[in-house]
Amino acid sequence: MPLLPPPVGCIESAANSSRKPSFYVPHTDLFPMRLKYLLTVLVAAGLSTAALANPYETTLKNGLKVIVKEDRRAPTAVQMVWYRIGSIDEVDGRSGVAHVLEHMMFKGTPNVGPGEFNKRVAAAGGRDNAFTSRDYTAYFQQIPKEKLPEMMQLEADRMRHLTVDAKEFEQEIKVVMEERRMRTDDNPQAKLFEQMNAVAFQAHPYRRPIIGWMNDLETMTAADAKAWYDTWYVPNNAYVVITGDVDHKTVFALAEEHYGGLEARPLPVRKPQIEPRQEGIRRVTVKAPAELPTLIMGWKAPILRDVEQDSEPYALEMLAAVLDGHDAARFNKKLVREDKVALGVDFGYDGTARGPGMIYVSGTPAEGKTVADLEAAVRAELARVQQNGISETELKRARAQLLAREVYKLDSMFGQAMEIGQIESVGLPHTALDRMLKKLQQVTAAEIQVVARKYFTDDALTVGVLDPQPLDGKPRRPAVATRH
Amino acid sequence: MKNAMKRLLTAALTPLFTALLALCLSQAAQAGVKIEHWTTSGGARVQFVESKVLPMLDVQVDFGAGSMFDPDGKAGLAALTRAVLDLGAGARDESQIAEQLADLGATLGGGADTDRASVALRTLSDKAKRDIALSILRDVLHQPRFDAAIFEREKARTIAALKDALTRPDAIAGKAFWAALYPAHPYGKQATPESVAALSRDDLAAFYRAHYTVGNASITLVGDLSRRDAEQIAERIAQGLPTGRPPELPVMPQALTGQDVRIAHPASQAHVYLGMPAIERGHPDFFPLIVGNYTLGGGGFVSRLMKEVRDKRGYAYSVYSYFAPLKQPGPFQIGLQTQRKQAGDALKLARDILLDFVQNGPTEEELAAAQANLTGSFPLRLDSNKKLLDNVAAIAFYGLPFDYLDQYQDKIRAVTVDDVKAAFSRHIRADSLITVTVAGE
Repeated sequence: MPLLPPPVGCIESAANSSRKPSFYVPHTDLFPMRLKYLLTVLVAAGLSTAALANPYETTLKNGLKVIVKEDRRAPTAVQMVWYRIGSIDEVDGRSGVAHVLEHMMFKGTPNVGPGEFNKRVAAAGGRDNAFTSRDYTAYFQQIPKEKLPEMMQLEADRMRHLTVDAKEFEQEIKVVMEERRMRTDDNPQAKLFEQMNAVAFQAHPYRRPIIGWMNDLETMTAADAKAWYDTWYVPNNAYVVITGDVDHKTVFALAEEHYGGLEARPLPVRKPQIEPRQEGIRRVTVKAPAELPTLIMGWKAPILRDVEQDSEPYALEMLAAVLDGHDAARFNKKLVREDKVALGVDFGYDGTARGPGMIYVSGTPAEGKTVADLEAAVRAELARVQQNGISETELKRARAQLLAREVYKLDSMFGQAMEIGQIESVGLPHTALDRMLKKLQQVTAAEIQVVARKYFTDDALTVGVLDPQPLDGKPRRPAVATRH
Repeated sequence: MKNAMKRLLTAALTPLFTALLALCLSQAAQAGVKIEHWTTSGGARVQFVESKVLPMLDVQVDFGAGSMFDPDGKAGLAALTRAVLDLGAGARDESQIAEQLADLGATLGGGADTDRASVALRTLSDKAKRDIALSILRDVLHQPRFDAAIFEREKARTIAALKDALTRPDAIAGKAFWAALYPAHPYGKQATPESVAALSRDDLAAFYRAHYTVGNASITLVGDLSRRDAEQIAERIAQGLPTGRPPELPVMPQALTGQDVRIAHPASQAHVYLGMPAIERGHPDFFPLIVGNYTLGGGGFVSRLMKEVRDKRGYAYSVYSYFAPLKQPGPFQIGLQTQRKQAGDALKLARDILLDFVQNGPTEEELAAAQANLTGSFPLRLDSNKKLLDNVAAIAFYGLPFDYLDQYQDKIRAVTVDDVKAAFSRHIRADSLITVTVAGE
């Protein structure tokens, strides 16, 4: 559940007290890199298919991985810099610092003056932004292709030379608090989602919201942000994804030129913080001004760690397509259209993450129905899969949609860069994407029935309910009854 | 998952915002992209851009059938007509349509905004798949069933979504803003639970027959297709449409007297809007206004509003301004959200920045920066089939010249500081500004 890209501001201060000297590693030894793309080229030539070679990948001596996907449809390019650092890496009392630092990344370096980063991207005819998720923090520029070198220079500069100025921080933390008010405090569904996760996870950091608890934001200091940056913003904790009308060899050389001199540094040990097994249903209610109640149900679920050996995440992804992949998929057809128990209902499962997985079902009861009615109806639909499985027709349909999406995704350069960046963020190689697609295509109806039986159990379930409150203090719909 | 839920909950408002976004994004079009255009035998306009790189095809059919054509007392009719249009057509019921599209890997989208109702098909260009997908599209356009039970269900969902929207500060502010800007024009009419409840199935069928007509249709095709196939596809789409002409446009919006609207709400943040009706599509002041607005509040992180409201004072996460030219003069709008106790200060600041800009315009340096970005980013506006489709469809629907895209960068470059000042002075008047604050103190 990544935060949407927060717009970012210009900077005021040129203070540079926080700059560390950078030691430029002489880059005479390019052999490993050259060897690598030589091999790639050979492999590509041998099989005479560019698809196998593209995307291209190299790793600089400082550990920075660079992935280039050539796409010559239009004279544009996208650069994304991904850091393997998100709210999952935060500690109590400092929730939200990953996202706050993302904001601070636009506040300048000793080399790029106040306001310059955004100004230079804008002057280049580019668009830029950034986003923070549980698992990663990413920055991007969409530009006319000839501006790529300048963007690489700018990103390389702020990878190690950021100024975290106290005065800037004081202004920016207010902006982040406004962002929290907008996204969460005044958004009943977001508040419910936040509370539900805080109940579903007790030990694992996924229990904390990405944007941070308000009180943690209130007490956060520039030193907290600086410490975060110094610890995690190093080339060996990052990778660069570039798509567009570019030549990968040229880009690799540019990457060496701009990023190659940045110093690697050992990273702290990241402890696993495994969530203890849930042993019984959990329920949470959130009251907020709203008209309609909302139901959210979440079951603990497996995550893809081994592309070849794991099978359950693929089966759950295909189940998601069968239940909620199109307008006449089971959930919408039965719960919204036929039985009219819901105004809308969604099934969500993402099989890739650094942390533990969850299957989310959320929906809004129709007029005259309660969240208890909706919960019962969702349970009945899931029981139907558990008892009778799914049909070959449904599975075939899900496969057809999957294949078509593979074509449509090529229409967006940004989308292609996102796909590569996201899979790499969880520690899986982008080269596994094709293999994952094949594995998805191979899922059988029997496998889907097995995972449905295994994972939709009450002991691993958390249920959240939004209990809508009147804006004016007058009672509205009857209070939302929770069952049990 | 959450997004889908939110989509549902704000269903009633979404088309409007989508429309505005599309209009903002579609201010540019294609230099060097060949737009072929012709008229079908029945009089529908057709635009075609061939793009063979990817094996896919987009077809969008637009009608002048947005909410501005809602009859008196029937606010919400255009939106509901479009919503029910593809839920059962010809020999297929709603499930068969969705299932067959999924089997083909095709999707059917679109929606209705103030001006336009759209039906958009994306399909693989493989002929066997394409032909079935197009037959579904034709049925939806030619033989919508408007099944009574489905109509009642969608009506109930729309009413519920409207009621929910009326508890949300952003939605309340948006509705109040449009109502205040257009007190005597259809743009100001808002669908309410009551107005939607009064709609009948026959209203939908009649609205369809009057507005989804061949003379009111604009068909845009982008993708892996020959000109010859494009002609045949367009002809067959056009032939089965009801006959009819584009509808009469309402009387233009009238000049306003400024007004300060305040609405109570328990939210922690106030939602603040400021603006007035400005220009229609094709207005000669369009280029000076968008170049100027880049500096004022359109240029994202480098705009004056962003620097003053967000960076210097930390008042807001998001602050922006834009012009949304429509068939008839659409709004100029500034928007921000801030802690309720600061709402008054933030509004005053935004207003001062605006009025200073109207009087003095941008500096030469700001103008050059705006022109550099707007011309330099031009390729980014056209680097996918989807973006091409959005742009070409908008150009055709609004009757802009087909060389609009070729001219775009030159027209941006030609704007001077004096042009900006003159254009802003003509369209933004301090005594006509409407302000809306929801959840202020």
